[in-house]
Amino acid sequence: MQFMLLFSRQGKLRLQKWYVPLSDKERKKISRDLVQTILARKPKMCSFLEWRDLKIVYKRYASLYFCCAVEDQDNELITLEIIHRYVELLDKYFGSVCELDIIFNFEKAYFILDEFLLGGEAQETSKKNVLKAIEQADLLQEFNIGTFKEIKIFLLGEI
Amino acid sequence: MPAPIRLRELIRTIRTARTQAEEREMIQKECAAIRSSFREEDNTYRCRNVAKLLYMHMLGYPAHFGQLECLKLIASQKFTDKRIGYLGAMLLLDERQDVHLLMTNCIKNDLNHSTQYVQGLALCTLGCMGSSEMCRDLAGEVEKLLKTSNSYLRKKAALCAVHVIRKVPELMEMFLPATKNLLSEKNHGVLHTSVVLLTEMCERSPDMLAHFRKNEKLVPQLVRILKNLIMSGYSPEHDVSGISDPFLQVRILRLLRILGRSDDDSSEAMNDILAQVATNTETSKNVGNAILYETVLTIMDIKSESGLRVLAINILGRFLLNNDKNIRYVALTSLLKTVQTDHNAVQRHRSTIVDCLKDLDVSIKRRAMELSFALVNGNNIRGMMKELLYFLDSCDPEFKADCASGVFLAAEKYAPSKRWHIDTIMRVLTTAGSYVRDDSVPNLIQLITNSVEMHAYTVQRLYKALLDDISQQPLVQVASWCIGEYGDLLVSGQCEEEEPIQVTEDEVLDVLEGLLVSNLSTPVTRGYSLTAIMKLSTRFTSVNRIKKVVSIYGSSIDVELQQRAVEYNALFKKYDHMRPALLERMPIMEKSASNGPTEIVQTNGETEPSVEPKHPPPVTQPANQANDLLDLLGGNDVVPVIQTTMPTKPASAGGELLDLLGDLSLSGGPAPAPAPSVPTSQPPFLLDGLSSQPLFNDIAAAAIPPMTAYNKNGLKIDFTFERANPNPNIAVITIHASNSTEADMTDFVFQAAVPKTFQLQLLSPSSNVVPALNQGTVTQVIRVLNPQKQQLRMRIKLTYTLKGSPVQDLAEVNNFPPQSWQ
Repeated sequence: MQFMLLFSRQGKLRLQKWYVPLSDKERKKISRDLVQTILARKPKMCSFLEWRDLKIVYKRYASLYFCCAVEDQDNELITLEIIHRYVELLDKYFGSVCELDIIFNFEKAYFILDEFLLGGEAQETSKKNVLKAIEQADLLQEFNIGTFKEIKIFLLGEI
Repeated sequence: MPAPIRLRELIRTIRTARTQAEEREMIQKECAAIRSSFREEDNTYRCRNVAKLLYMHMLGYPAHFGQLECLKLIASQKFTDKRIGYLGAMLLLDERQDVHLLMTNCIKNDLNHSTQYVQGLALCTLGCMGSSEMCRDLAGEVEKLLKTSNSYLRKKAALCAVHVIRKVPELMEMFLPATKNLLSEKNHGVLHTSVVLLTEMCERSPDMLAHFRKNEKLVPQLVRILKNLIMSGYSPEHDVSGISDPFLQVRILRLLRILGRSDDDSSEAMNDILAQVATNTETSKNVGNAILYETVLTIMDIKSESGLRVLAINILGRFLLNNDKNIRYVALTSLLKTVQTDHNAVQRHRSTIVDCLKDLDVSIKRRAMELSFALVNGNNIRGMMKELLYFLDSCDPEFKADCASGVFLAAEKYAPSKRWHIDTIMRVLTTAGSYVRDDSVPNLIQLITNSVEMHAYTVQRLYKALLDDISQQPLVQVASWCIGEYGDLLVSGQCEEEEPIQVTEDEVLDVLEGLLVSNLSTPVTRGYSLTAIMKLSTRFTSVNRIKKVVSIYGSSIDVELQQRAVEYNALFKKYDHMRPALLERMPIMEKSASNGPTEIVQTNGETEPSVEPKHPPPVTQPANQANDLLDLLGGNDVVPVIQTTMPTKPASAGGELLDLLGDLSLSGGPAPAPAPSVPTSQPPFLLDGLSSQPLFNDIAAAAIPPMTAYNKNGLKIDFTFERANPNPNIAVITIHASNSTEADMTDFVFQAAVPKTFQLQLLSPSSNVVPALNQGTVTQVIRVLNPQKQQLRMRIKLTYTLKGSPVQDLAEVNNFPPQSWQ
């Protein structure tokens, strides 16, 4: 995967994860153009399109568009499943997730994404494991103190 | 100083902004507060401030001043700080700036941290945005973590290794030992990422690929894992709609594809499992179809047995009938890849594919169109063309150009009859005429000239089309060209194929003149129609009208038109005796191998430089120099030739008379008073040449000895010969001019003239400076058409400047070796 964008129906970016090195200016341009292209598509059209030299897979969930750019050899159908899995993870974490959750807790959305995908590929195929890791990392954050020794003891039982 | 506001608070505030300006104001205020907070080196709130900065960055505002702060956060001991710091690094830093290198040490430390979540953060960041330098520095750490027993870290390390390999391929070797036991893991996360790592290694290096095939026996391992996934019962942890870990299944299938490619043994070992997956996978949901899709791709790419391939194509055929658009799209894409190799199997699904042309989705339509063109063959051409033409009518403009080109190509290859071919072309021109590619116009014209018996029918149909609509330029251009050529057939009502229409000369001229004045016509089209009108002067009787039109355009604002008109005028006035020969019917053109303009050997002479007015016509000498040559070579007894291009001359507006050919009487010596003889029409040379028996073969041609044509005052000109391949009547002579004096000969110009029965074409010289003391030669190519096999004679004129003074000389060349003209 080269990048993933989440944007609203008005074209506002809610999340952008880039797995290829591009300057800020280039990223802005790509986002802008791609968002326009996708928003212009009719609802009945298929979820895949060729855009510039990329394969784009996108799906709309309520008011949010989830859009990924994948390489030529990537399987588009399984990319749809990846998108779906990410939505499921968000849903489980936030409890019936809606766009507002992602707006106000964007950093958490990123953390969850980073536990699911790494370098553009899925690192964990079990929903349960991803959520567990996030939960424990959140706990670590709660403690927010200098040493991790106590937390480790607390968590070791669970790992 | 009050504590900076919380992140959520800021988000809430910004969202209340009603206008863009209001939002910008809020953001600027907050940025100022954050900046001063950064300046104060406030550790407590740094995390909060950076988080806010990241939010504002997402809205599109600049946040580069936070980059260093992210680095400070990463270096902090608090987990919260690190979390936000790394996130900030991934969003704000990019590898083009050197700042990112400062992260390297922190990441190194964190990779060795005692808490796995910190290690995880470091691995994630490195694997997401690590630059080549960072990867080089930290590859060792990643490799270490790849061997750990902690599956949480192992899976992340595997993907991080993938990134390292992508950035620094030379480091691939170092990860090899660690891959030994990766596949014996039970943990699906590790399995998945390991398969990705192995895939990356095998794709990049054929050595690795061979190693994994033979030494590691990867295929049996993968087959075993896949089998377990399919056969094992319900596993709640990895289940998706009844299928066990589809992500892993798909990745395994992809790796199998790479291993089985061009390898019989591997392909055989995976045959069974592929068949099993293909038949047993549940197809009701997208997941199942995703797996089937990957299976089909694998089957088609490896050396599978034919039964398996048929199974794969049938799966694709079923996909085509699926309600889900995405599935149909994927099917069309795959079929496009396989249509070359499994043509017959794909043909069976032709009707479904053609139905997809009517789909609403643009991507599906495009694929269906490409696939349809790939499936066209001699048997189904009529049916397919009907569908494709219907598609051309109704499709979006973005498709029309490609579709039109595709139709032309298919028609050319498989046309069942000439009439059908012409009809198809007509249909395309009238329905999608403005989208036809520019290079189709000359191709079409060439096609039309080749179907000799259809000329009357073609011109009639084109004429009728013009009456309806003159807005589509390619159609208009082809039509005017044809009317110019075959106008006589049109007027005489000779059509056999359909009911001949009654049209008078005046009506035809009305139409052509209409094109000239219409706002819809482009300058190129106007050029076509003016030339067409001119050609009709030899085919129609109402010459006066044509003369009038031509003289009017002599003062046209359009320079191209003006030049043409002026020269046509000249034809009427001074060279009226040459006009019939010049405006003769065009011979059948040779089609060149490429799609470019046809290389037309100048035979009867063409008033148009080429049928592609788009390319600037070759630059020529102005008309008065042509006259010089005429005078010089003793009046009109020898046919002069004007060079086609001169490198030193600036490009003037085109339009010229390339070959002044005509029925000049051939007299023995220079005769001052030319006696214009009655013009007789010369037969089309190429046709003649083709019908005559070959008088020599290529072997003889190879043996034509070179000769010295001229040797005087230090200037020596040698001729070397060869035969032009497609037409044995053309001799290709290369002149080599060398200079044995002490000074260079500059402004060197070589001109030649041949007797009437010959035709000559002079190509551009290599340069116009002949270097002194034989240090180099100037070469130039002459092509001589000699259909009547008469003895070759030539008069040459040489002009050059030597040591500041101009030199001019004339000579006759009579010593051509017999093989050059026999």
